[in-house]
Amino acid sequence: MKSFDYIRAESLSDASKAMGDGAQLIAGGTNLLDLMKLQIMSPDRVIDITRLPGLSDVAPYKDGVKIGALVSNSDLAADPKIKALYPVLTRAIVAGASGQIRNKASTGGNLLQRTRCPYFYDTSMACNKRAPGTGCSAHGGAGRMLAILGTSDDCMAAHPSDMAVALRALEAHVEITSANGETREVGLDTLYRLPGDRPDLETTLAEGEIITAVILPAPVKGSVQSYRKVRDRASYAFALVSVAAVVTMDGDKIDTASLAFGGVGVRPWKDAQVDALLHGQTPDQALFAKAADRLLAQAKPHPEAEFKRPLVKRALIAALREATGLAPATAGTDKTRDAV
Amino acid sequence: MTDTFKMDEAQPRLLDETRQGVIGTPMDRPEGKLKVSGRAPYAAEIALDGMVHGVLVRATITRGQITAIDETSIHDTPGLLGVFHGEHFVRNPAQGMAAESPEQPGTRIDYHGQPIALVVAKTFEAARDGAHKLKISYKPDDSVDVDPQTASNVVSKDDDAVIIGDVDSAMARADASVDLQFTTPGQVAAAMEPHAAIAQWQGDQLLLHGSLQMLRFNKRELADAVGIDPENVRILSPYIGGGFGSKLGIGAEAVSAALASRALGCPVRVVMARQTVFDAVLRRTETSQRVRFAATKEGKLTAIAHDDTVSNLSDEGFAEPVSTASQFLYGAENMHFLQKVAQIHRTPAGSVRAPGEAVGMLAFEAGLDELAEKLDICPVQLRLNNLPERHPATDQAFSARALAQALREGAQQFGWSERQPTASRREGDWYIGMGMASAARSNMLVPSAARVTLEADRIVVETDMTDIGTGSYAILGQIAAEMLGLPTEKVVVRLGDTDLPGASGSGGSFGASSAGSAVYLAAKKLREELAHSLGCAAEELTLQDGMARGANHEKSFAELLPNPIMAEGAIEGGKTADEYFSAGFGAHFCEVAVHAWTGETRVRRMLGVFGMGRVLNEKTARSQAVGGMIWGVGAALTEELSHDPRTGHIVSRDLANYHVPAHADIPRQMDVVFLEERDDQANPMQTKGIGELGISGAGAAVVNAIHNACGVRIYDFPATPDKVIAGLEALGR
Ligand SMILES: Cc1cc2nc3c(=O)[nH]c(=O)nc-3n(C[C@H](O)[C@H](O)[C@H](O)COP(=O)(O)OP(=O)(O)OC[C@H]3O[C@@H](n4cnc5c(N)ncnc54)[C@H](O)[C@@H]3O)c2cc1C
Repeated sequence: MKSFDYIRAESLSDASKAMGDGAQLIAGGTNLLDLMKLQIMSPDRVIDITRLPGLSDVAPYKDGVKIGALVSNSDLAADPKIKALYPVLTRAIVAGASGQIRNKASTGGNLLQRTRCPYFYDTSMACNKRAPGTGCSAHGGAGRMLAILGTSDDCMAAHPSDMAVALRALEAHVEITSANGETREVGLDTLYRLPGDRPDLETTLAEGEIITAVILPAPVKGSVQSYRKVRDRASYAFALVSVAAVVTMDGDKIDTASLAFGGVGVRPWKDAQVDALLHGQTPDQALFAKAADRLLAQAKPHPEAEFKRPLVKRALIAALREATGLAPATAGTDKTRDAV
Repeated sequence: MTDTFKMDEAQPRLLDETRQGVIGTPMDRPEGKLKVSGRAPYAAEIALDGMVHGVLVRATITRGQITAIDETSIHDTPGLLGVFHGEHFVRNPAQGMAAESPEQPGTRIDYHGQPIALVVAKTFEAARDGAHKLKISYKPDDSVDVDPQTASNVVSKDDDAVIIGDVDSAMARADASVDLQFTTPGQVAAAMEPHAAIAQWQGDQLLLHGSLQMLRFNKRELADAVGIDPENVRILSPYIGGGFGSKLGIGAEAVSAALASRALGCPVRVVMARQTVFDAVLRRTETSQRVRFAATKEGKLTAIAHDDTVSNLSDEGFAEPVSTASQFLYGAENMHFLQKVAQIHRTPAGSVRAPGEAVGMLAFEAGLDELAEKLDICPVQLRLNNLPERHPATDQAFSARALAQALREGAQQFGWSERQPTASRREGDWYIGMGMASAARSNMLVPSAARVTLEADRIVVETDMTDIGTGSYAILGQIAAEMLGLPTEKVVVRLGDTDLPGASGSGGSFGASSAGSAVYLAAKKLREELAHSLGCAAEELTLQDGMARGANHEKSFAELLPNPIMAEGAIEGGKTADEYFSAGFGAHFCEVAVHAWTGETRVRRMLGVFGMGRVLNEKTARSQAVGGMIWGVGAALTEELSHDPRTGHIVSRDLANYHVPAHADIPRQMDVVFLEERDDQANPMQTKGIGELGISGAGAAVVNAIHNACGVRIYDFPATPDKVIAGLEALGR
């Protein structure tokens, strides 16, 4: 591990000012420390934000809820408001990592966790994300866990977060605070860049900007929400594919559907066309298959990730069958309550 | 020297006569509390004055030469003490029982990930930074095979082939036959404790705190690697956080620590990072296997063939004995077993828990299931129909073989008769199915010695045997307590020190029987001495709770033993091993649920019924059996090394990417039944190996259950969701 300075920030402006060349924020540290030990990330300065005041609450905000960036994954998943009104978020969080890791992991850190592409992790191999301009070893390499949507010639790394997939289905925003104390709110599609030819640039955060909160819009009344994660073992593994769904029905037709996908995208994936295709339709298997085909229209899988096409299609069908009432709900599918 | 007992004939079942009543009981492991409270020091946890830290550097080319190691590239590393490499450096761990140094290739690189240097600094963090930054120049050799499927050098082991009759013509004539191709991926032991060593020199004496399974051999391996007399080496390895074969032989951590410590004159600690354990410790080979069965329509096998290809570096002698159990489980007039070894440049292969059976039986027992389906015969019945009278390849008699009983009892206890036709049982979106497979693992006896001292109120057992988490401390104490008539709390067991009498070490499931027999024989001598002092014949003697009785005499140990008495016992295999074939046998039964949409498999319950000779400790034996079955689940469903197709190096090189089963993968209902059995030909205690029988065949029961559930056959292990849905789609499901 490279030597580094450790700074404990007492205030947001402290933290912002200490940022810049070679500095990294640290929250739970469950991702950053692993990467530092392997010298995949080697910051000169680590700024501990865990003592910052006011970032650890889940509180009502406008019609929805504001989640402080330091709220732990465990606390967020267990929050009564979240469980009742945004159950897909709870389901997604508890489908990730382990109990111990979720106790340490923060909301902000979870959003900004780095990819699990094995070539990003292996400093003996070329990787444009880790070492810009060196090339992408995943081309012609092992590629089972790679993304199939949003990829570029320079990078196919999948975004690993489960929580962020649920947040996309919930159309959440992040609150970003800059060095001079100004805040802005952006959607996750704006927060995350596509890799293009600069896969090392993962977000649109400017220097000195810190994620201070995640903002959930008003709960979708009467919705059924579902998180379906498929992985190589029953627990403690990253998604091969995952589907987050927030669905409302109008009689026996789908009124609204908001779907997001994990394991398949370079960022937590959402496709408005897929949602639009489902709107107003009578749910059946053929419709769901059509939605999946729409999702996959632009997919460019590495040969070893080709299976993600049929798998995400089948996972989508399984999730929507339950969310639309075609099949009885099992663990992972919940009806939202009207109040906490 | 002690006289060595040779196992030339069956011995009286003394442990059925003794009175202390502790043998076989589910005694807790005496060191268990130390382990769960962090007070059992593992190799890396010994704190020595002036100790410094070394971190291994790996090769980042697959094949070629090192042309320069530029030490100046890290001269600014704080507290840097040196960079060590050169002729003594070892390429990989020694294979089990090598008793000599593993390959020392000098500047030659044979695989990507090979340990080539050690950076030593005052702090671990600085050493790790130095190891990361050290600049190495190479002259790569671009002609390199890394894939066994396309390797140009494939050696056919014709001399070891077993060929009986004519399989091809039997296949052509048969009422039913299957000819199937399977692959299994490379696997790793993934012991919880990474490989670690602390070396310390006093003059020309080397003391190594290591994490090693076979000290008697390791001492000679280390001495040979470092270039000193074995008499000058002492290894301590009292606690080991799992081995599973990965710590059979001395490896780069121990040798490099010894070299650096000698040069620096202070203790050096080397702990492998988890990624280094993947890169530089022997893996289990990937395999491709062809399984053929032919049978009459009544379900009598007429041909059995199991041919395989494994891989290794060209100069590593080890080849996973894939078809071992296939050669003796069932009989047929025509048999064919031929192995090929692809010579490739990947992390070399060696023994991982149940080498051979662990992967061979996946394919073999899955193939038999497919034959049963073709014949429309119950898979249990098909197996019962074909049990051979004698070992088909060697013509030895079987010693104790509980296979038929295990199959019958297992089927009955599991509720096998409830099994439904393929893909006919559904619960919501889940297909439910049952599968079964036989279990078999050959049994061995390895030379072992032990010393036992009896005092009035205490027994001391001493041997260089190791406890890799399996329960050696417990069972050796139980044997001594039972034989000498004291409660187990009165026994002190000292293990893991090369200064003590040399035992088999832990490997091949032979540790308990081999080291245990040595303890038994030493204790038996002490019983003879006690009988003599008491004035009775040894056969008349009973010992219990510190009292000796016989021929109308009764005396306490305090009266009989003014001074402690001591004896050494030693054993080696003899004639029984020529005349009889000894193996553990059993049967696995499994129920799974397979998700109709996503292809996820969940094991719902499992039952293993085993005949493994006398059980020395019901609890540690059960843990071994259940642990083995869990490994079977891993092999069937989750565990897979993936290799880069260009460099051959292991891509899934940490425990987030190499998936051993998590708790959620293992059902609460993992039942184990031990059949009452004594193997008189195995050793004087009538025990057999336990540690590897549970894995052998278990994974096949899982995939056979997948087939019964949803109709999908898995030929390419493990059965991850992508493969199951491919099968479902092929069936139009
Ligand atoms: C073995 C293992 C398995 C895992 N499995 C899963 C899984 O299945 N699914 C899943 O979703 N996740 C999984 N994770 C990842 C885990 O969710 C993340 O490690 C965790 O959420 C990161 O949060 P943290 O607070 O510890 O982040 P840190 O490690 O502290 O930080 C991560 C990054 O975020 C930046 N950062 C942190 N806070 C802020 C902020 N407020 N503003 C701006 N930047 C910030 C840091 O600078 C750093 O670059 C797993 C992790 C491990 C180790």
